[in-house]
Parts: sequence; C-alpha cells; structure tokens
Amino acid sequence: MSVDFIYPEFEVIRNENRCIACRVCERQCANEVHFFNPRKGIMQSDETKCVDCQRCVSLCPTRALKIVKSDCTLRENANWQSDTIKEVYKQAGSGGVLLSSMGNPKPLPVYWDRILINASQVTNPPIDPLREPMETKVFLGKKPEKISRDPIGKLITDLPAQLELSMPVMFSAMSYGSISYNAHASLARAAEQLGILYNTGEGGLHEDFYCYGKNTIVQVASGRFGVHEQYLKAGAAVEIKMGQGAKPGIGGHLPGTKIVGDVSRTRMIPEGSDAISPAPHHDIYSIEDLRQLVYSLKEATNYTKPVIVKVAAVHNIAAIASGIARSGADIIAIDGFRGGTGAAPTRIRDNVGIPIELALACVDQRLRDEGIRNNVSLVVGGSIRSAADVIKAIALGADACYVATAALLALGCHLCRTCQTGKCNWGIATQRPELVKRLNPDIGSQRLVNLMDAWRHEIKELMGGMGINSIEALRGNRLMLRGIGMTEKELEILGISHAGE
Amino acid sequence: MKRVYVNEQWCLGCHLCEYNCAFANSGMTDMAEALKGKTIFPRIHIEGDDKISFAVSCRHCTDPICVKSCIAGAIRQQDGIIKINKNKCVGCLTCILVCPYGSLALGEDGVMQKCELCSGNACDEPACVRGCPNHAIVFEER
Repeated sequence: MSVDFIYPEFEVIRNENRCIACRVCERQCANEVHFFNPRKGIMQSDETKCVDCQRCVSLCPTRALKIVKSDCTLRENANWQSDTIKEVYKQAGSGGVLLSSMGNPKPLPVYWDRILINASQVTNPPIDPLREPMETKVFLGKKPEKISRDPIGKLITDLPAQLELSMPVMFSAMSYGSISYNAHASLARAAEQLGILYNTGEGGLHEDFYCYGKNTIVQVASGRFGVHEQYLKAGAAVEIKMGQGAKPGIGGHLPGTKIVGDVSRTRMIPEGSDAISPAPHHDIYSIEDLRQLVYSLKEATNYTKPVIVKVAAVHNIAAIASGIARSGADIIAIDGFRGGTGAAPTRIRDNVGIPIELALACVDQRLRDEGIRNNVSLVVGGSIRSAADVIKAIALGADACYVATAALLALGCHLCRTCQTGKCNWGIATQRPELVKRLNPDIGSQRLVNLMDAWRHEIKELMGGMGINSIEALRGNRLMLRGIGMTEKELEILGISHAGE
Repeated sequence: MKRVYVNEQWCLGCHLCEYNCAFANSGMTDMAEALKGKTIFPRIHIEGDDKISFAVSCRHCTDPICVKSCIAGAIRQQDGIIKINKNKCVGCLTCILVCPYGSLALGEDGVMQKCELCSGNACDEPACVRGCPNHAIVFEER
C-alpha cells in the first residue's frame, strides 16, 4: 500500500556530540535500523524498523543513543485508544491474525502486588538468616497419606519418585527452536549449578544437553516433537503439556524458517517444515485418557520419574486440577494468563485465561477440601517476577514456581515482544547463527546463577522476617498474607484476610 | 605470562575492541572527545566477515621475530611484553613484513605501534578485554 497509516512507534535519539560513528549500532541491529551516511559522515536511522530491543543502546560505547516512545499522537479517545486503532490499521492492511510474543502487557490486575507479607514483632521472634540455618530445599512429587510401619514396627520410607530442588524455583518450558542453542545451554548449566531444574519445552532435547539430565524436565506436548525412549529416560521428570498460559486452548506453530540444522534433527522433523502442535492432544479427550498417557510415560520410565501435567489457568481450573490429581500425575503445573510465549495470537494472549494467583488459591483449596492435596505437588508459573512473588505463591499453597520471563531477562531479553520475527538481537529467540552467538553461555549461565542466588537470599530474608525457617512451614500458610485494595470476593477466592483484619 | 586471546566462537565482529583500544591509548578521559571525527589507529584489528570474525593483536611471542628483525633496535622484549621505542623506529616496516600475525601497523605519527597489553597507558587490564561485550577477548595464562 502506498499510504502507511501507522507512524513509527519509537524514535531513535542520537546525541551527535557523543556519536563517534563506530557503527556498532549498525552492526548489532538485525532489524537494520542504523546506517552510515558516508556523504555526511554521520550515523542515521530508519526508526520504522525499530522494535525497541535496546541492543544498540546497551552497546553504544559513548551512550550516544536512546530509544523513546514517539509522541506523534492520534486524537485522544478513551474508548478507541491508539494501540486499538493501530491494530485495526494493521489488520486492514494485512488481513491476518495479529501475532505477539512474551506475556500479556495489558493493565489487568496483578494480585501479587495487592498481597502483603507478614513479619514477626515482639511476641514471636524473627530469624536472622545470616546467623541461623534456613531451609529452602523442596521435594516435588506424590506424598504418602499417612505414616505407615512394617510388621516389626519400622517406618516404611518408600516414596514415589520425587524431585529435589535446592530452592522452590525452576526454569519453565521453552523449546529449542523457540529459543536458541546458547539460551538452552545457559539454562541447563545454571540449573545444574543451582541444584534446580530447567525444562526442554516441546522441541526435544539437543544431544549436547543429555549430560544435564538430572537437572532436566523433558516435555511431551501435543506435537510429540523429539519424543523417543532415550529422551524420556534422559530427564529427571516428564511433563505433559496440555496448555500454556499465554495461549490456552491453542497449539503452537514454529515456522519452517526456524527448523534448521540441529533444530530439525532434535525435533525429528524435516528441515524447513513448519512445526505445528495441535491444540489438543488427539489421544486425550478426558481425565481417563490423560491417565493412560501418564501411565504410559511411567511405564516407559520404569516408575522412576515423576510425571508433571501442565495446564493453563482457565475458568474451571479447580475442577480440572482435581481431575489431574486423580489421574496418577505427581505434579500439576499451572500457567497463568500473564505467562510468556515465543509467539501467540494477540487476542488470545491478551484475553484468554485467568490470573495465576486466583488459579493457585482455588486449586490448592479444592485439593485440600477433597483430601487429595498430598496426591500432587503444585507448581505455578505465569509471571513470577521476584522473590516476593515466590514467597506469596508458596504461602498461597504452591510447592514451587516456574520462571521463564525473568530468566530470559537475566540473559539479556529486553521484552521488546517481537520473538516471532526470529531476529532477536540478544541471541535468545532466534536461530540465525550470527545472532545466536551473541549469547555466550559462560556469561548467560553466570547471570542466571546470580539472579537465583539473589532470590534465594531474599527468600531467606522474607522467611526469617516471618519467623519461619523452612519453606515447608510456609507452604499454604495463608495467615502470613493480607490483601490490600481487594473486594470481599477476591479475598474469599485467595483465602486471605484484608490488611488490618 | 598472561596474554590476550580471542575465542572466535564468541567474537561478534562488533569492532568495539578497536575503539576501546584507540581510546585507551589516546590518553584522554572522554571517548567522544578522543575519537569523534577522527580516523582511528587501533592496535587490535577485527578480521573476518559476517559469519566468522576474530580480533587480531600482538601474540607477544616468546621468541619474537620482530625483535630480531628490527634494524633500528626499536623493538624490545620487557617482562615478556614486546614494546616499541617510538623514538628509535625509523619506519622501515621490516617488522610488518616478518610478523606472521599481521599484528604491527603504522600509527598516526608515522612510526610503528603495536599492542603492549595496555602496559603503557592508564588501563589496569587491556581495554579490548574489558570492553568486549561477549567475553570473546580474554586476558589469561594459557
């Protein structure tokens, strides 16, 4: 079309006094925003291509660059906001479904931020984690109903398979293909160093990463990409992915352009073919069907590995979780509507699913009411942003948290939300070799370890303040939480009192 | 002895090392002031293309052929670091001919210059190493 209805979203501001025309911005921008004008002897930019990933800003040696939101405004309208209008323009131009990446950016309530944590004063002592032992270790898996003894009175200690985590956090599923080899290498190495687990996602496990098996969760999704016997046996646990928080109810589509070389071999599909994960598992239409897959996977792994069932947080999540807890699964992973993705239809990402805080509270309550909470461990994800979110999730009843967006941020992601283009300037969501190598796993894994070490310290400080010295004693301890600025109904679902009560 | 090494697997060809080198040896405190509008004469150079690239600087050979070949006696080895006495250099370019790595070049002032591991400037460690965004250039014992 000759007329472009949309003015560029960002402006590239270059301080000419500082720019030394070293051209690092030009060389580092896969979107080709920057270029050198030899006639004028200066750097120039084409801001129509800028996605605000901040790579040039971060690498500019003289801090000559900044990216700002364009102040070119459409006439203000509370109903027809400029983003809405621009989306209409885009669709009128393309005729296509709008695509987006990473988590839901809409200003919907973040319940974590309306929950406050308790601390001890006078009548019960806080604990100083720098002076006293503090336990952050957790075990995930089915727990026994009661203590039982053998005929001579010795305790029976046979437990179903458990996962041991040094802290209640794991890196959640991101497939090889949606993220790069070096991103996976960083996650795997960090998980091993931290004594936690990372998750392969649905794209199979690259042969180079089998050595991190005891820190790996292998995923089986509806496309069954890369699933074979050795793969199932390689991991510490097997996860069945029924749904994803960013796009509940739909499958995945990794374009053929990303199915190159090792990605193709790892997924066990031909190079250049689109990897399309169906919306449902075509062999699972009921809890009974799910049970069959759970036990097939347990058979395949000799009952040595816990089976996780991952679902998106949707409206009747409590009933769904109750079903899963009876299916033989050892762990339920619930992914909230703010969870990230490498690509999702914008309308689905922004409008489908429910907040993880509410889903977690209602699932934990339902399982307790039904007396089956010990059947499963609960893992929650979908925008766990900090150690405080982890503490709140544990107190609401989670056994552990899945983090992915925070992990990607540690690797350099600037949440520009254009993963679907495959031109990630930070070497994360791309398969182009010259971009992938921008993420050095030596640096990446160290930054992940740093982040999780920091969170572990904060978790201990927060627990110590409450006078609690082990994560186990915090789990489901909702008395440690108070709500602020919430309705009676919200407090009722979360199972917490209002601040001041 | 610690030397500058390049892991070409991680070199992005961003050329920042060249600019950091030129700045470090400019003796100035502001990079923009030091380099703006000027042709730079760095002592490290990026070789390669879009697919593979690596930074080349003096290897500080244990048995340096440049020292042997210098007709003016301007190149010497001091604590393992190979240095140039700019006052003695006559600009005959023999060292360029003999260096198997292409690590020497003429400086702005018309006499030879080369990497001296930032021993002659205000940097604690080589500026190319400190400024490399992907840890492709390292300063270590091997």
